[in-house]
Formats: sequence, C-alpha cells, structure tokens
Amino acid sequence: MESFIINLLNGLSWGMLLFLISVGLTTVFGVLGVLNFAHGSLFMLGAYLCMQMMHFVPSFWAGLLTGPLLVAILGVVIERLLLRRIYGRDITFQLLLTFAILLVLDDAVRMIWGPGYHVVDPPTILSGVFSIFSRTYPVYRVFLVVAGPLIGLVLWSFFQLTRWGKIIRAAAVDREMAEGIGIRVPILFTAVFGLGAWLAAVGGALAAPHQSLAPSMGERIIIESFIVVVSGGMGSFPGAFVGALLLGLLESFGTVFLGRAQMAIPYILLATVLLIRPRGFFGREV
Amino acid sequence: MKTYKPAATIFSSLAALALLSACPFVLPTYWTLILTEILIMGLFAMSFNLLLGYTGLLSFGQAGFFGVGAYATALFISKGGSSLFLCLVISLAAGAAAAVVIGYFCVRRDEIYFAMITLAFGMMLYTVAHSWIELTGGSDGLPLMTLPSLRLFGMELSLYSPTNMFMIVLLVTAVCIFFLWRLVRSPFGLLLTAIRENKQRLSFVGAGVQNLRLAAFVIAGALAGISGCMFSLFNSMAAPDFLHWGFSARPVLMTILGGSGIFFGPMLGAAVFFGLEQAITNITQNWMFFLGLILTPVVIFFPKGILGTLVDYLFKKTKGKP
Repeated sequence: MESFIINLLNGLSWGMLLFLISVGLTTVFGVLGVLNFAHGSLFMLGAYLCMQMMHFVPSFWAGLLTGPLLVAILGVVIERLLLRRIYGRDITFQLLLTFAILLVLDDAVRMIWGPGYHVVDPPTILSGVFSIFSRTYPVYRVFLVVAGPLIGLVLWSFFQLTRWGKIIRAAAVDREMAEGIGIRVPILFTAVFGLGAWLAAVGGALAAPHQSLAPSMGERIIIESFIVVVSGGMGSFPGAFVGALLLGLLESFGTVFLGRAQMAIPYILLATVLLIRPRGFFGREV
Repeated sequence: MKTYKPAATIFSSLAALALLSACPFVLPTYWTLILTEILIMGLFAMSFNLLLGYTGLLSFGQAGFFGVGAYATALFISKGGSSLFLCLVISLAAGAAAAVVIGYFCVRRDEIYFAMITLAFGMMLYTVAHSWIELTGGSDGLPLMTLPSLRLFGMELSLYSPTNMFMIVLLVTAVCIFFLWRLVRSPFGLLLTAIRENKQRLSFVGAGVQNLRLAAFVIAGALAGISGCMFSLFNSMAAPDFLHWGFSARPVLMTILGGSGIFFGPMLGAAVFFGLEQAITNITQNWMFFLGLILTPVVIFFPKGILGTLVDYLFKKTKGKP
C-alpha cells in the first residue's frame, strides 16, 4: 500500500513536469505547425538559468521568475531569425532546423556550465520530507503535484476565456481566415513561440530541485514530451494533460510490473497510440 | 529531361572506383580510417534516402536496423563465426527481417506520424540492446574479439589492416550503391518516386502503395543492416548507441547536408560531415555546437543541400534554362 502511494506520487509529480513541457510543445505545434526539437533544450536552459539567477539573488522564487523570462526572450529571437523562414516547408526541414538549434543550445550549456551535474536546493518552505506510514517523502514533489494542475488551470482559462486566448485559437484553426479578420498573425506567432519557450523554461526551473541538472536533461525529456504530445493529440491542451499523467504513471508503476523492460514503456505507448488511434486521445481528425 | 549516357556513366564510376582504391596507398593511415567511416555512413545515409528522397518517408528509426546488423555480426563472431561473407549475409538478413516486422506497422502512417512511429520502434530495439544484458552485454556493448579474415587467391587478408578494411568496405559499398542505382531507375524505383509525388493518384491507377512502401522499407533496412555490419567490424564492437535516436538523426542530417533529391547527395553529406568533424575537433571540443551553426543556414537557404545546389548551379550555367 505504501509503495503504491509512493509510486503514485512519483508518477504524478513526474507527469506534472511532463505536462508543463508538453503543453508548450503542443501549443507551438497547434499554432505554428512546427514540432520543435529544441523544446527540451529550452527546458534545460530554464533550469540552468534559474540556477544562475539564484547565484545573484539567493532565492528559488527569483530564479523561477527571471530564468524563464530570459528563455522566452531567446525564444522570440529564435522565432524571428530562424523559424519564420521555414513555415510551410516540409516537416523534415522543420525537424532538422530545430534539431540544429538543439545541438547549439546543448553544447552552449556544456561550454558555459560544464559537463558535470549541478544541484539546486528547493526553497526552504518546500524542502524537507514528511512521512507516509513508515516512509518519508520529499515535500517538493507534492508541491509539484499541486502546482501542475494549478498552472494548467490558469493556462486553460487563458486559452478559453480571454480575448488573447481566443485569438490564438483562431489562428491555430485557420491562419488565413485569422489574417482576414485583422489578426496580425506574424506577431502572434512570435508571441506564441515565446510563450512556448517560457512554459518549457518554467518546467525546467520547477524540475531543477526535483532532479540534478546535466547537459543531457533536454535530450532525455524531448522524446518523452513528443510521446505525450502525439499520444494526447497534437495541438490538444487536454491531450497534453492526460498524456503526461498517463506516461508519468506508466513509468513509475512500470518498474514494478515490467522490471528492466520498463525503459521501453514510453515507446510502446507511442507505437500503440499511433497504430490504434493516430490522431491521439483528443486530437482532431487527420 | 537529362539523357543518361550509359558508357559515360560506367566509365566515370569505374574511374572513381579506381581513384578511391588508390587512396589507402597514397594517404596516411589516419585518413584511410576516416574514408572508411565516410563510406560506411554514406551507404547508411543513401539507404535512408531511398525512403526520404525517393519514397517521401522520413524515418527516424533507421539506426535500429543499423544496430541490428551490427549486433548480428557481433553475435555471429562471438559464437565462433569467422566468415566475412556470412557476416554480411546474416546482417543483411537480420536488418531485412527486422524491417519486415516493423515496416508492416509503420508504412500505414504518413509524414510526422511515420517519423514518430519509426522513432518508437527504433527506440524499442535500443531498449533491447541496452537491457537484454545476457545477449547484448548491456550498455557496455558487445566487443568483437576477433575479426574475420578473407581468403582470396590463396592469400589470407586480415581485416586488422586498415588498407584491407578499406578495400572490403569500398567493395561492399560499391556493390550496394550499384544495386541502389539500378533500383531507383527500375520501374519499381519509378513507382517509389510516384508515391512521393502523389500516392492517391498512384493507388487510383491500381498500385499497391502500402506494399511498395514496405518493399522500400525492407530494402533500406537490409542495406542499413549491411552498413551496421561493416561499422561493427570497423569499430571492433557493437554498442547500444548505434541504435539510439541520436544515431538515427545522423543519416537525416547527412542527407539534408548533401541533398536528398540527388543520388550521391547523402554520400557527399557524409563526407562533408566527417571532414568538418575532423577540421573542427582539431580546434575545439564543441563540434556539435558548430555542426548546429553550419546546419542552420543549409536548412534555411539551401534546401536542396550542397550537391543539389551545386548541380543546379552548373546545370543552369551550361544549359541557360533550369
């Protein structure tokens, strides 16, 4: 029973991080039509910049606030200079361009902060452990389980209830029509990519106290967030939520049921969804 | 349409072959090794381009078949096998067999969905190589304790000599490339191109698009298996990294670098890739950073790749019109 609860909490907290990353990825895909390979690197950059900012102002919250903002600015620059030129091109070029960005960002992180591991401490009120039955569990992970749905709810309200959210959804459904009724789509695209980068970085900053930082953390997470986005339905907000939770739980319980074959779980999920329901749980008809 | 002059083609390819086979006797050993690697990875990229450039399918799991070929050779040798020819045949069969099973599921999907499902299956194979420790040696990989040798005209040719290794690789690569060359010009190859151009129209006139795509997938997988066999012989080991998606990205990258719309594009891409790697790692450790910097303008400004752009330029210059 207690190991069940621990696995459940592990799965939920990991799922929430996956959700934060995937929601940016799926939004960018839904609006811009670009599957961003570099999204995991923006996630990693969020974690590293959060750590860097904490050197200047020794507070996790300051890092969480400023680090992702810098990444969002970088995202705006990337969209303006590079991505803008390949909209509507074949998917191969989009994947390869964002892959090139991934290579540059990952190696840049390695140059600046070194190839080794870094550790970020959680803020004081969220540090420490509490006990479940006879075991202890870090408070910070429970904070993630609570924070994830809250951030999701805020984003969902933004997309569904505000004027800006409606404009973004309109551009996602039909770019030409949106331009026809006076939406300035190019600026909107830049803003959406900046938002996506910011979300990835927030995920990274929140992940920083949860795992150790290393230059490979982006490459590891990008494939899993691809899997979340594809299985949830590309461009779908609820899809990202359900997909992330499902993958998080499958991975944490997989160690119990599948032993060392658990590494294959994400890929089995991806292949199964693509074979049975290629548009994903909540995707539009393809 | 360009007209192909068979005599000129045969002559120029024989000349190229002769020139290449002189390389190990002229160049220092170090460059012979690099040329060997270029040929192996170039063949891998060309087999991948049968899918991307000719059939219009972006596979992100080709490293899976490459790795299956590498492990087939490593396992064969660790069980006491010693025939080079059998190594190649077994790797080809293993790559093809894996591609039949995986391709059966993959060819039903298109574009990004095809890329994702090949990624999924490729990574499943990676997981097998990584986790089935009894068979594959796990993350350490499977070393090749001995290399097979070749008996030719009563002589014993050892693959430990870089020159012999290069010659064998050149021979195998040349045979495979000749096969590919004939293939893309056969009616079957034209059907593949037709799939890329318009698969609805092709199925309306009665072609079995799914089976044709599966056939292309299996051929690409078999050739990837052969490349993997040569790569494991070259490195004296098979490692799980050979199957990782990061390795699958290599043929994609080389193909776009050289040009996917042109037969020898991927081979040139491989040459440029390794040439740059040598030049840049001499100066700095951060080769990936510069690779990204170089790749970015190629993708944005030269979508036809280096060779494609070059051929276009020469063609326009001599003929006046595109």
